[in-house]
Amino acid sequence: MLGRLTIDAIPLYSWVAMGGAAVTVGGGLAVFLLITYLRAWKVLWTDWLTSVDHKKIGIMYVVLALVMLVRGFVDALMMRAQQAIALNSEGYLPPEHFEQIFSSHGTIMIFFVAMPFLTGLINIIVPQQIGARDVAFPFLNSVSLWMTAAGAGLVLISLAVGKFSTAGWTGYPPYSGIDYNPGVGVDYWLWALIVSGVGSTASGINFIVTIVKNRCPGMTYMRMPMFTWTTLCISILIAFAFPALTVVAAQLALDRTLGFHFFTNGDGGNMMLFANLLWIWGHPEVYILILPAFGIFSEVVATFSRKRLFGYTSLVYATACIAILSFTVWLHHFFTMGSSANVNAVFGIATMIIAVPTGVKIFDWMFTMYRGRIEFHPSMVFTIGFMVTFVIGGVTGVLLALPPADYLMHNSTFLVAHFHNMLIPGALFGYFAGLNYWFPKAFGFKLDAKWGIRSFWFWIIGFYLAFMPLYVLGFMGMSRRMEHYADPNWQPYLIVAALGAVCVLCGIVCIAIQLYVSAKNWGSARDVTGDPWNGRTLEWATASPPAPYNFAVLPEVRDIDAFHEMKLGGVAYLPPGRYEDIVMPKSSGLGPILGALSFVLGFAMVWYIWWLAAVAFVLALVCVGIRASDDNTDFVLPAAEVAKIEAERLGQVTEADMHDMRDFQPIGPASGAPLAGRV
Amino acid sequence: MADSAQVAELLEHEEKKSLESREFGFWVYLMTDAIIFALLFASYVVLSKNSAAGPTSNDLFDLGHTAGETVLLLVSSLTFGLATIAMAAGQSGRVVQWLFVTLLLGLGFLAMEMVEFYGMIAKGAGPGTSGFLSAFFTLVGTHGLHVAFGSLGICVMIGQVLIKGLTLPVRSRLLRLGLFWHFLDIVWIGIFSVVYLPGVM
Amino acid sequence: MDHSTERNLSTYLTGFALAVILTAIPFALVWGGLLTGPAVYVVIAVAAVIQVLVHLVFFLHLNLKSTPAENLFFLVFAAVLIFIMVGGSLWIMMDLHHRMM
Repeated sequence: MLGRLTIDAIPLYSWVAMGGAAVTVGGGLAVFLLITYLRAWKVLWTDWLTSVDHKKIGIMYVVLALVMLVRGFVDALMMRAQQAIALNSEGYLPPEHFEQIFSSHGTIMIFFVAMPFLTGLINIIVPQQIGARDVAFPFLNSVSLWMTAAGAGLVLISLAVGKFSTAGWTGYPPYSGIDYNPGVGVDYWLWALIVSGVGSTASGINFIVTIVKNRCPGMTYMRMPMFTWTTLCISILIAFAFPALTVVAAQLALDRTLGFHFFTNGDGGNMMLFANLLWIWGHPEVYILILPAFGIFSEVVATFSRKRLFGYTSLVYATACIAILSFTVWLHHFFTMGSSANVNAVFGIATMIIAVPTGVKIFDWMFTMYRGRIEFHPSMVFTIGFMVTFVIGGVTGVLLALPPADYLMHNSTFLVAHFHNMLIPGALFGYFAGLNYWFPKAFGFKLDAKWGIRSFWFWIIGFYLAFMPLYVLGFMGMSRRMEHYADPNWQPYLIVAALGAVCVLCGIVCIAIQLYVSAKNWGSARDVTGDPWNGRTLEWATASPPAPYNFAVLPEVRDIDAFHEMKLGGVAYLPPGRYEDIVMPKSSGLGPILGALSFVLGFAMVWYIWWLAAVAFVLALVCVGIRASDDNTDFVLPAAEVAKIEAERLGQVTEADMHDMRDFQPIGPASGAPLAGRV
Repeated sequence: MADSAQVAELLEHEEKKSLESREFGFWVYLMTDAIIFALLFASYVVLSKNSAAGPTSNDLFDLGHTAGETVLLLVSSLTFGLATIAMAAGQSGRVVQWLFVTLLLGLGFLAMEMVEFYGMIAKGAGPGTSGFLSAFFTLVGTHGLHVAFGSLGICVMIGQVLIKGLTLPVRSRLLRLGLFWHFLDIVWIGIFSVVYLPGVM
Repeated sequence: MDHSTERNLSTYLTGFALAVILTAIPFALVWGGLLTGPAVYVVIAVAAVIQVLVHLVFFLHLNLKSTPAENLFFLVFAAVLIFIMVGGSLWIMMDLHHRMM
């Protein structure tokens, strides 16, 4: 009846695991009680969970990412603590538990922090940047969100019911095969990946269609803001790379569940095929995480240098180049698997070539800052911190791209330091910059800058303290994922790294305080115009927070930096002649229901509860069928209603709120030439 | 109430735009599906000689059977095309007839595939026997699963044509289902060219 | 309307006839054992590629003029990626296989 789910699934084997389970269950219970206490269930359901509004979906994605960031970071803290004390001793974590922690840390950070964070920011901003009223498929957007949440739910519940994978976030067979890993851990990992992967693929397709089909009049491809460009590129990467993850995860699941022999040791399996297929997805995935951050940096650096982005065209081409090249380098993740010198050389050279367009971008951002009037807003500070730190990571990456050097560094903490050096400044700092930059757009008030700057300093100092020692340890021969070790020379470095992790913890606390303080003082930091930073792109033309339809009248674009243009021309806040009826998508409960069903399906497959899996699958098919036959999914917002909302907004904007644009009248032809400084 | 006609017009305009997006989105989805099949093909080629002392492709494949499946699928592509033509001419009765024929051909294909799979498993050549057979069953089975979903889609569309008639959304869905069905035939070309024909040589 | 219907019908029938021929050739070669060695693989591959094109043109109505540019872009992009992914995978795995013998 319950498959292999028995009372033994509760983690009574260790107090640490029990504590983790208690915190997870307690946290869930606390949220449940709080919502009940606030009598907010109805509001939550009708206004948020069932919403198909891209802005609300985006906010929910970011909330999911921040919650999972805390969970993933606790894992990191525990690993650093273990390694700091585990010299010739067992530390405080048994090996089996330590393995679960590093596996869940990687899985969570990639799939349930970075992916939802970037998808959330894209959701909130991209439709507004291209002058659209919503994404192409609002309902599919909701399904994507809830499937991602279902995957995150599977990882979370593995703390309380059963165990998580011990095979690392990449889950290489044969160790992740059923012979060596007979428990449910790897299955949790697999089904979390499959469920959230399907959701990600759907959002990739959604954003491709949105950007290709929904741009406002005049918004040609070469006038799209950089963030939209990077979104288009990563959406294509998602659509074409995630199928590889689906295939490889399904094959491993077949091996484990039905006794297939794709990756087994014997019976004609080939475990090296797993590494090959996994990284066909895995390398593009790195760029899926980083490119949107590049887009954010581009927006931020132009806004806070008060200049047009330098080399827009070269940035577009560099992004496209990176996107295509990212499909040609996957073997560099397994140089040591034993391919011949020629194969390794080809992929090594392809890897080094990627450094070129990335370097182009760094120079473009620096030239944008050159002679600009730089304002040290938290998002700008994160951007500058990124530029300095990311270059170091890039250089170590080029080092690793040399197959002979990689043979020495493979699987060492040098590698760990390298990819954290790419992903923390390259992706996470970008998302934080985006959070600080676009928060007023989503909520209507600014985030506290002081705490933002503090969080930055803790993060960057913490980062250097935590990962520079790992580079050194890699040279000293320490391999990654060690539960304990015998070399006393390593311990000082590991203690410094642990201090770095504590420092990062302070950075996370600062972000929490920042959110709290800003919410408390929201009245004093309100953003009336919808344009708090004197921004350049179209998302600042809408109200903060935007009306459900974003634009009462679709804007017309004549240049890059469309909104900047409008402000210079003095047409930014003029009410249009007349308003029109607007067609809006209806909310739908089927999104969260499909998410819940995919969670049940995943859970049932993990525990071999076949009847439940079948029921969930059939119900999901029924839901899809209902939706597919529904021709009545839109409603009309009458023009009078639109006029009322707009009048209220424009009435609040006074002359004093508007930005003084006199300094911005370009000197010479308005072709992006540097502006003269203040005299 | 005077402007209810106007509202209807607005909704129709928006619907048309959204259907256009759907058709493009479905195209992109088909491309992602093509990647899935491409990687299953790659897995099959890598594992095709790994029969682990079990039966090999030479022992198992029957080219006559494959030819039969090919004929069914190819003819079903044609009959779906005829349904599309009937749709363009606005003859909903014809559409239903041709869809029904297509459905029968699809189900015939599935039945033949089941017979083949069942025969192999009965001979002790199930997917758990060797890496070669795992890859074979996964690749061909995934295609079969797609055909099954396509057949389900045809059933739903027959129902929609009968109940709703050839409205704009129904036409668009039919068009997309057609893309899907033709796409499956293209994948089948790959399957007989990569799996069955080299398998018996 | 009638005219376009007719043309449509003839398109489908032409495509069907071409597909039948292009299927029959490789089946006949393998069945009858008319050719041996690597030449068979070449014929099978060429017939398959041409047949895929036939399906795209006659059944999916792909056309350089009337098909939207973005649809063509994604088709070509997918073809390039399939080439990179499948070709790369086979190259890598065959190389490993060769070295493990």
